[in-house]
Amino acid sequence: MAASAPLLDILDLAVHFRVYGGVLKVLDGVNFRVNTGEKVGLVGETGCGKTTTMKAILRILPVPPAVIPHGEIRFKGEDILKMKPDRLRKVRGRGISMIFQDPTAALNPVFTVGQQMEPVIQHTSPEGRRLSRRQVHDRAITPLQEVGLPDAERLLRSYPIQLSGGMRQRVCIGMALSTNPELLIADEPGTSLDVTIQDQVLRLLHDLVQKKQTSVILITHTLGVVREMTDRVYVMYAGNMVELAATHKLFSNPLHPYSQGLMKAVPRLTGGGVAEGIPGRIPTYQSPPTGCRFHPRCPHVMEICRELKPPFFKVDADHEVACFLYEGHGSARTAEAGAQ
Amino acid sequence: MTQQVKVQEFGLSITRQAVLEMQRRNRRENLGRAWYKFSRNPLSIVGAATVSIVTLLAIFAPLVAPYPEHVKPFTDFANASLPPSLAHLFGTDEIGRDILSRVIFGFREALGMGVVVLALVVPVGVLMGLVAGYFHGTWIDTVIMRLTDIFLAVPPLVLALAIASVLEPNLFNSMMAVSLMWWPWYARLVYGLTSALRNEFFVASAQTSGAGTRHILFRELLPNMISPIFTKMSLDMGWVIIIGSMLSYVGLGVQPPKPGLGTMVASGAKFLPDLWWISVFPGLAIVVVVLGFNLLGDGLRDLFAAEEV
Amino acid sequence: MALLTFLARRIFQSIFVLLGLSILIFVIARVMPGDPARTALGARAPQWVVDRLREDMHLNEPLTAQYYFWLRDAVRGDFGISLYTRRDVAQDIAEFFPASFELVLFAGFITAVGGIGLGTLSARYKDTWIDNLVRVLSYAGVVTPAFVFAILLLLLFGLALGWLPAIGRLSEGIPAPARVTGLMTVDSLLAGRLDAFWDAVKHLIMPALALALGSLSQEARITRSTMADNLSKDYIAAERALGIPDRVVMGRFLLKPSLIPTVSIFGLDFAASFSNAFLVELIFNWAGLSRYGMNAMLRKDLNAISAVILILGVLFITVNILVDLIVGALDPRIRLQAARSE
Repeated sequence: MAASAPLLDILDLAVHFRVYGGVLKVLDGVNFRVNTGEKVGLVGETGCGKTTTMKAILRILPVPPAVIPHGEIRFKGEDILKMKPDRLRKVRGRGISMIFQDPTAALNPVFTVGQQMEPVIQHTSPEGRRLSRRQVHDRAITPLQEVGLPDAERLLRSYPIQLSGGMRQRVCIGMALSTNPELLIADEPGTSLDVTIQDQVLRLLHDLVQKKQTSVILITHTLGVVREMTDRVYVMYAGNMVELAATHKLFSNPLHPYSQGLMKAVPRLTGGGVAEGIPGRIPTYQSPPTGCRFHPRCPHVMEICRELKPPFFKVDADHEVACFLYEGHGSARTAEAGAQ
Repeated sequence: MTQQVKVQEFGLSITRQAVLEMQRRNRRENLGRAWYKFSRNPLSIVGAATVSIVTLLAIFAPLVAPYPEHVKPFTDFANASLPPSLAHLFGTDEIGRDILSRVIFGFREALGMGVVVLALVVPVGVLMGLVAGYFHGTWIDTVIMRLTDIFLAVPPLVLALAIASVLEPNLFNSMMAVSLMWWPWYARLVYGLTSALRNEFFVASAQTSGAGTRHILFRELLPNMISPIFTKMSLDMGWVIIIGSMLSYVGLGVQPPKPGLGTMVASGAKFLPDLWWISVFPGLAIVVVVLGFNLLGDGLRDLFAAEEV
Repeated sequence: MALLTFLARRIFQSIFVLLGLSILIFVIARVMPGDPARTALGARAPQWVVDRLREDMHLNEPLTAQYYFWLRDAVRGDFGISLYTRRDVAQDIAEFFPASFELVLFAGFITAVGGIGLGTLSARYKDTWIDNLVRVLSYAGVVTPAFVFAILLLLLFGLALGWLPAIGRLSEGIPAPARVTGLMTVDSLLAGRLDAFWDAVKHLIMPALALALGSLSQEARITRSTMADNLSKDYIAAERALGIPDRVVMGRFLLKPSLIPTVSIFGLDFAASFSNAFLVELIFNWAGLSRYGMNAMLRKDLNAISAVILILGVLFITVNILVDLIVGALDPRIRLQAARSE
């Protein structure tokens, strides 16, 4: 493993939402890391805080209700949370780019595709304002062609409502990649589309990312996608990262009870047996369970789980898990700190 | 969606009793829950309180007003044109009548107009809207909707004024005028709701089980529209009162010397700015009443909207 | 092309509506008890003169014939003689219309700028004291009838403080400029008379404010809530995430979709303006169409009443069509769906 500094490093991030009845403690000390050139997966059920984490990275959380009590988000060494607006603007788009979950909601309905893409290109290309309108327009065509959309000229003049779901998704991908980001966040790409189209979209994404050598954070709740497209995976539950492993290790040997439950919940085409769900529901963020947030649903729950939040324990070179079942292996933090 | 429990007459009176008791309990629970939700917003409480107070004042006006005889033909030049004081909280007008008492009686006209107009307008408008919406796309629909278009083609007050102007000026006729121009709004609202709802499954199932049109309109569709209609009604009370007061202001509603809020504002206008209280207090009374109904209506709307989740 | 079909359809529908309206007006006017000719000439006119006028006014013919004559003349611009001014009603309208138009225009300008401006401000500083202040004020604006507000304004600024003139369109000492459009402000500018211009503006402020108040408050509320809703939409987050600076996102990409509901209700607001103008013109003694119409109604001047209502109907329908066009221009979804449904 290269000892170079990570591209993105989230340290102990907490995000709370102030709402009418109280405070939603959504993210509870999240740690997350992406190294240059890596494709990192982020798995978890709906509502576990995946999108919130990503929005926090780019600082596009709605800030009156959202509050960040503590944490650092380091991009190439700099803390995004402390950046001045100018610097932040340069990071958005050019440094880190994002594809949103629902392409229909992610495109402004009253503007054409061109009217939305052109400002992006204008504000993120290195030449910036010195480009003429013609040049900006031409630069919008290439990304659209790269995502396999025919007749890019006409597309630029179209409104989102005139496009099919698959086309909208491709437009979003094209827009996100048109900035040539170093890190691409793909939030459940293709989820809102039907399965065959989703497959096409994922392949496209895979090819483009290979070609451009972009680092990727791929968020999904589909395990099959993770298996095919990522190098490392984080498993997230109720605002915490619970397991982190190289992809093949997670699938061959899931350690956290939650990950194990997830694997069992996937129906298998071979080998028979019925898929089992995980009993219980995700907790409310207003009054989350004490200690480990998974303990009410955990089949191996122990007394300590109810009281303390488990830190990460390093079970293997690239396999860590936040669960007291593995306490014997020693804290991942100390191991890391020792090995620089 | 409201569920109507139809108890088959098997002759099991015990069962029927049990079901009725359960319905009663459900209703009480729902009301309790609704009240709890409603009371969370302090503004809605203010609205409800204001409306209640005004209603009580209107009903018990002869008992509550300090000088109830001042609303009949009355003069007392010795006490005329007095500014607000302890004896006359809102002052007296140019012929000595106590303004506070007249304002309290004025609430009668205001609320009365609202109640009468809505009582006329809502049944007619709702019926038209139901019929037009249910027979969406047919000539019935077209005729009714064009009719509403015609009435809505003119600014609301203008039509009311025009109608009121050709009739003899009094409260009753102004109510008629306002009613004539108000019904299309309800027709439109219900038309939209009906057109949307008629494609829902519960309508189709009622149709296939042989229910008649009247049953479908009144027993299936209408109960699902109670909330928006009700909300609109409470908000409309405020607007009807404003339009009524505008008609009175120009002399087409309540005639002097009877106390009408708009009428009082008008008759006091010539004494501005010296005897400002003659116009200002009735004017503020209008604002307070309308505010109350608006807050109440907003509260109801939030209540019903929240329940839809 | 779709635009032309849309316009054609709307105009066609409007003609039907106007025809229906004209019938309605006609019926209202003829419901009047009493003899219009007698009312016109007065109690002391000899009967034969009254009979002669009845002939001229076609009053002895069946209602449908009367309607036909009335409509035929109206379409030609002949609305008959006003019982009160004893002039062609058409002439009266031409004289008084510009004053109302100026007032409504000014009020509309205040509504648009004030409503959208305050609404945007409120959304930008959501949940701070600015927001709360605007919300309270706009609520008060919605519940206060225009004429109450007019009286309060008159009281405060006109009479108590004396800052603004209370009556009419121009002060007594200042001669009116040559009449080109009938709009005092425009005419004074055209004539190069700055003194008349400022005087006219001063006279316009209070009535226009009274008129604009209700609409302004309504627009502010809707703009605020739409903007607040849209702020949390994914496309705004996406635009920011892709590196577009916040001021561009807020200024252009948030504003356009947020304006749609505001513009949509502008048609209704415009109607409300003309309704309110009736009383405001009366209070401020503004020589406009509404005051003329108001007086016509009080004096039961049938020709004038019918003409005023018809004109207002045409105006209102035109404004609604214009508003639909603007909304269509702003929101492609409506444009494209409308085209598809035809």
